Amino acid sequence: MNWNNLVQVTIYLGILLLCVKPLGIYMAKIYEGKPAGINVWFASFEKWIYKISGVNPETGMVWKEYAVAMMLFNIIGIFVVYILQRVQAYLPLNPMRMPGVPFDLSFNTAISFATNTNWQAYGGETTLSYLTQMVGLTVQNFVSAATGMAILVALIRGFVQKQVETIGNFWVDLVRSTLYILIPLSLVLAVILVTQGVVQTFKPYSETSLLQISKDKDGKDIFGQTIPLGPAASQIAIKQLGTNGGGFFNVNSAHPFENPTALANFLEMLSILLIAAALCYTFGYMVKDRRQGWAFIAAMMIIFVPCLLGIIAYEQKGNPKILNLGVDQSAVVFQNGGNMEGKEARLGIVNSSIWAAATTAASNGSVNSMHDSYMPLSGLIPMWLIQIGEVVFGGVGSGLYGMIMFAIVAVFISGLMIGRTPEFLGKKIEAYEMKMASICILIPPMLVLFGTAIAVVLPQGLAGILNPGPHGFSEILYAFSSAGNNNGSAFAGLNVNTIFYNLTLGIAMFFARYWLAIPTLAIAGSLSKKKIIPVSQGTLPTHTPLFIVFLVMIVLIVGALTFFPALALGPIVEHLMM
Amino acid sequence: MKSHKSESLFNWSILGPAMVNSIKKLDPRHQIKNPVMFVVLIGSIFTTGLYAQAILGKGEAPAGFILAISLWLWFTVIFANFAEAMAEGRGRAQAESLRKARKDTQAKKLLNYVDGSCKIKREISLISAAILRKGDVVLAEAGDFIPMDGEIVEGVASVDESAITGESAPVIREFGGDRSAVTGGTRVLSDWIVVKISVNPGETFLDHMIAMVEGAKRQKTPNEIALSILLAVFTIIFLLATVTLLPFSIYSVNTAGQGVPITVTVLVALLVCLIPTTIGGLLSAIGIAGMDRMIQANVIATSGRAVEAAGDVDVLLLDKTGTITFGNRQAVAFIPARGVTVEALADAAQISSLSDETPEGRSIVILAKEKYGIRGRKIHELNIKFVPFTAQTRMSGVDFGDGRAIRKGAVDAVEAYVAKSGGSFPEDLKKSIESISKTGGTPLVVAEHKNVLGVIHLKDIVKGGIKERFEELRRMGIKTVMITGDNPMTAAAIAAEAGMDDFLAQATPETKLKYIRDMQAGGRLVAMTGDGTNDAPALAQADVAVAMNTGTQAAKEAGNMVDLDSNPTKLIEIVEIGKQLLMTRGSLTTFSIANDISKYFAIIPAAFVGTYPVLGALNIMKLATPSSAILSAVIFNALIIIFLIPLALRGVPYRPMPASKLLRNNLLIYGLGGIITPFIGIKVIDMILVALHLV
Repeated sequence: MNWNNLVQVTIYLGILLLCVKPLGIYMAKIYEGKPAGINVWFASFEKWIYKISGVNPETGMVWKEYAVAMMLFNIIGIFVVYILQRVQAYLPLNPMRMPGVPFDLSFNTAISFATNTNWQAYGGETTLSYLTQMVGLTVQNFVSAATGMAILVALIRGFVQKQVETIGNFWVDLVRSTLYILIPLSLVLAVILVTQGVVQTFKPYSETSLLQISKDKDGKDIFGQTIPLGPAASQIAIKQLGTNGGGFFNVNSAHPFENPTALANFLEMLSILLIAAALCYTFGYMVKDRRQGWAFIAAMMIIFVPCLLGIIAYEQKGNPKILNLGVDQSAVVFQNGGNMEGKEARLGIVNSSIWAAATTAASNGSVNSMHDSYMPLSGLIPMWLIQIGEVVFGGVGSGLYGMIMFAIVAVFISGLMIGRTPEFLGKKIEAYEMKMASICILIPPMLVLFGTAIAVVLPQGLAGILNPGPHGFSEILYAFSSAGNNNGSAFAGLNVNTIFYNLTLGIAMFFARYWLAIPTLAIAGSLSKKKIIPVSQGTLPTHTPLFIVFLVMIVLIVGALTFFPALALGPIVEHLMM
Repeated sequence: MKSHKSESLFNWSILGPAMVNSIKKLDPRHQIKNPVMFVVLIGSIFTTGLYAQAILGKGEAPAGFILAISLWLWFTVIFANFAEAMAEGRGRAQAESLRKARKDTQAKKLLNYVDGSCKIKREISLISAAILRKGDVVLAEAGDFIPMDGEIVEGVASVDESAITGESAPVIREFGGDRSAVTGGTRVLSDWIVVKISVNPGETFLDHMIAMVEGAKRQKTPNEIALSILLAVFTIIFLLATVTLLPFSIYSVNTAGQGVPITVTVLVALLVCLIPTTIGGLLSAIGIAGMDRMIQANVIATSGRAVEAAGDVDVLLLDKTGTITFGNRQAVAFIPARGVTVEALADAAQISSLSDETPEGRSIVILAKEKYGIRGRKIHELNIKFVPFTAQTRMSGVDFGDGRAIRKGAVDAVEAYVAKSGGSFPEDLKKSIESISKTGGTPLVVAEHKNVLGVIHLKDIVKGGIKERFEELRRMGIKTVMITGDNPMTAAAIAAEAGMDDFLAQATPETKLKYIRDMQAGGRLVAMTGDGTNDAPALAQADVAVAMNTGTQAAKEAGNMVDLDSNPTKLIEIVEIGKQLLMTRGSLTTFSIANDISKYFAIIPAAFVGTYPVLGALNIMKLATPSSAILSAVIFNALIIIFLIPLALRGVPYRPMPASKLLRNNLLIYGLGGIITPFIGIKVIDMILVALHLV
C-alpha cells in the first residue's frame, strides 16, 4: 500500500459520502410524495400510468397484498425474459442473427436479471440479440432494482406508521423508484459515459483488419477482428446504479467499450454504491432520526473500509511465488507493481481493488478485473463480503433491508442484555419479527453451503472446475455465494454454462431474493400495526457507536462462524500453501 | 422490608434429587421441548452407536476416542438437565415451606345460609376442606384455619396471616370494605367470620403459586419464545456449516490426495461445540430461577409473562396514601394570629384535641408536647366537655365549665363560627392559610369564642427514603405517577416533595382506568399497585398489576401478582427481578455465541490437518494432538454449563444505570469474556489431558 492508493481511496469514499445526503433527501421526498422537482413536472404522466394500468395510487396494501403484487410482477418478468431469449431468432433487432438461447441458460438468465443478481452464464456479445438485451435485460435492470427499493420503502413505513394495517402501494413505489430515481440518474450517467467513449449503437458488429497478423490455435493466420458493438451505455448506467452488474459484454467493465477512461471508471465505481448508500440516509430521513441513517452507513463503512484496504494491501504486495523468481513487484513511478494478473493495466491495482470491494459489498457483481486471479486472501475478502449476506450497502433496497434484519437481531440480543423487551425505533421486536428476521439470515447461508456441497460431490459439479485443488473449491464456493446472495459476480475459472449449474444457481438466486423479500414485507406489516414506544432513559439508543459496533459484530460473527470452515478449505489453505 | 430467605446453592437436600432428576430428564419427550439440547441428545446417541461399531472393529476412529467424545456429549445433556433440576428443586423447597401452611383442615360448612343469618341460627356440617366448592359458605371461629380463599360475608375477626406473609402481627378482616378477603391457610385468632368460598380446590392462591414454582404450569414467555427462535436459527446455521463439511472434506481429500475425510464423530463434536448449548442448557433454569426469586421477594406472580413484563415497565402508578405518605396527615406547625403567642395557640390546640382520637388530633397533642413542652392533661381534671366533629358543624373542640369554648375546624367553618359570635377573621392569617394550602398542607383554624387564635398546619408526611427509590426508578427509565383523591394543588405539592414525575389528582376508578389506557395507547407499559375493590378495573387494565395481600379478593383477581408483604414499593424489586431475568438470558446468549470462535480454532485445524498440513497454522492454542484438541473443546463445552449454573440461578446483577452503559458493561464481561475464556479453558483442559496421558 502506498500514498497514491490511499489518496484514491479517500477521494472515492469522500465523494461517495458527499452524495449521500442530497440524494438521500431527494429519494425520501419522492417516496413521501413531497415535491422534489421531477415528480412535479411528471406528475400528470405518473397519474396517466396509474390510469392506464388501472391502479388506484391512494389504495394502501396490507403486506400480503403487497407481497402478492411484488411476486406477480416479478414472475411475469421472469417469464417474459425467458420467452424473449427462446424466440429471439424470430424477433427484430438481431443484426448478428443470434439463435434462440437453450432452456437452461434462458431459465438461469431470466431469474438472474429479475432477482437483481445478474449472474451471467452467457457471453452477451455471443448469445443475445439487441432486443433481448434491451427489452429483456435492461428493463429488468430497472424494475428489479425498483422492486428492491419498493420493499425497503414498505419496511420503512413499518417503522414510521402507528397502528396501521397497510404498508403502501407496490405499484406506486415501483413507478416512483423507476420514474424519478433510476431513470433520471441512469440518463445522466449514460450521457456522460457516451462522452467518454462507451458505445451506444444499433449497428452490427464491425470488422477491422489487424495491424499485426496473428495466428489461431491451428496455426492459421488471422487477418481481421470482429469488434462487438451495441446499445451498451444505456445498459451500463443502470447496471451500475441499480446494483445489477450484468455487463453488456462478457468481460463486463474490463471491456474498453464498457469502461473506457479513468473518469468513466470512477463514475461507474461511484454508481455501484451511490443509491445503496444514499438509501441509508433516506431511511434516517423518513423515520425522522437521521442519526439512525448515519449509524447504518457507519456500520457498513466499518466493515467495508478494512476489507477494501485489505484487498489493496494483499494485491499490492504481489505474488510471493513470483517474488521467489526474483521479479520485482514493488510499485515505482511507471510501474504499478503488485499482482497484475487478471487486471487491466490501464486500471491498475487500486482501481481494480476498489471495484472488487464495492461490487461484492453491494450486490452489484460487475467486475473490471478477474477476482479469480486475486491473491488467495484478497480473493477471500470479496467472497466473504458476499457471504455476510450482501448487507454492506448491498443491493439497492435489499442491502439495507438485509442490514435491518441484522439490526433486529442485534437489538434483540442487546435488549435482553439490558433487561428490556427489545425495541427498535420505538417498535417492539417480538417473536414474530424474530422468526421473520431469522428466515432472512438463515436462507442465504443455507443456499450457499448446500449448493456448494452438492456441486463438490456430483460429477456434474466437478466437471466445471478448471483449476483443481483448493482453488477449484473456492471457485464453486464463490459461484454459490454469488447466486445465494444475489450478487452476480463470478470468480471465473468455473464453467457454469452447464445444465447443472444453470439450474442449481438459478434456483439459488430465486430463493435468495424472494424468500428474503417476503419475510421482510411480513415484518413491515407487523411493525406497521404496532404502537410506537416513547423514548425513555431505559431505551437503548440504536445510533450510538456502541450499538454500531455491536451490530457490526453480529454481522461479522454470523458471517464468520457460518463460513469459516468452508473458507478454511478454500482460500485460507491456498494462502497457507503459497 | 423483610430479609429474603435465600437458599444456599449447595444444599444436599436439593442437589441429591436434582442429580436423580437430571438422569430422568433424558427422556426424549422432555428434551424435544428444547431444540438445542435435543440436538446434543441425538449426537450422544449417535456417537454411542459409532462407539459400538468401533468395538466391533469397523470404527471410523479409535474406539477410545469415540467413547470419550460420546461420554462428554452425554455429560453435556445431563449437566443441562441438572441445571434445570436444581432450579426446580429450589422452587420446590420454597413451595414445600408454603405447603406446610396448608394442613388438611376441617371446614365448618353452613347449611341453608342466608345473608346475615349466622347471628341467629347456625346449621353446621363438618367436612374436609378439600371437598369445598366455590360458592360454599363456611364459618371460621377463633382458633379455626380458614379452609380456602374467600370473601367475608358476615362478621369481623382478627386473623393470623403469618403463614403467608411471615408477618406475626394479626390483621383485622371484616365484612364490607377493602379488607374483606381472606386467604386459605390463615388462622382466625379471635371472634368469628362467615366466609363465602371464592375458588374451587386446586385453584387457590397457594395452589397456583406451588404449580408455578414447580414448573408444571410454566409456559414459555414471549421473550423466551423469541430467544428460542434465535437459538434454533444458530443451531440450524451450525448444523449447515458442519453437515456440509463432510462433502467439502471428501472433495479436499480427493484433490489433495492425502488424509481421510472428516469423521462423523468429529462432525458431531464440532456441531455440539458450536450450537449454543450454554444458553440452551441453562434457558429453562433461568426462567424457573426468576420465579424463585419472585417468591423469595414474597411476591406471587400468576404468570411468567407478568414477571417478564415487569422488566419493561415504564410507568409506575402508586397510591399516595400508605405508599408515598404515611396514611394520615400530621400537625407540623402552629401559626398564631397577631397578638397571640404561639404557646397560647399550642395550648388551646392541645386542649381541644385531648379527646380527639383521630390520628390528626393525636398528632396535635404530640406536637404541642414535643415542641412547646405542654404536657397532655386529663380531660376530667379540667372540667371540660368534648364536642366531637360532626358533618354539620365541621368542627370539634371543647366547652369549659365556665362557658369558654375552643373550636378547631376548616377555615370556612371557623370563619362562620366567629362571625356568629361577633368576631372577625384576622386578615394576616389568611395569607398563612393560603400558603399552607399551596404547599399541599391542610390548615386547621383554632378559635376561642370570637377570637381566632391561629392555624395548625396539617401535612401529609412523605415516607423517608422514598424519594431515593423514585430516583432509582428514574435512572431505570421508569416514570412514577402518584394517584390521589386530593385536589390538584395538594397533589402537586406532595408529588414534588416525594420526587415523582406526575400525579393524578381527584382520582376515581374511571379516571385511573382512563389514565392507564391513555398511557398504553402511547405505547407505554404500565405497572400499578392496588388493594381496594375500586382499584380492580385499573389493575385489570395495567400490564403489571400488583395486588396487596391485604387487599380485597377482587383486587387480587384483577392483578397478575400478589405481594404477600403488602409493601407498595415492592414494585421496584419486581422490576429488578424482571430485568435480571432478561439480562441473564441475553448475557449467556452472547457468551455462548462468543465461545464459538475459540472452538473453531481448536477443531478445524485438528479435523483437517491430515488433509492440508498447512492448516496446522490455525492451531493458535498449540493444542497437543488433533484428538486432544477436539476432546478439550467438547469437555470445555460441557463443563462451562456446570460453572454457569450459579449465575443462571442467581441472575446477572442489575444496577440502575443508562441503557448504553449497561450494555457496554455486559458486553465487556459476557462478550469479550466469552471470546477469551474458552481459549484459556480449552488450553488448560488440553494440558491436563496430556499430563494425565489420556490422549
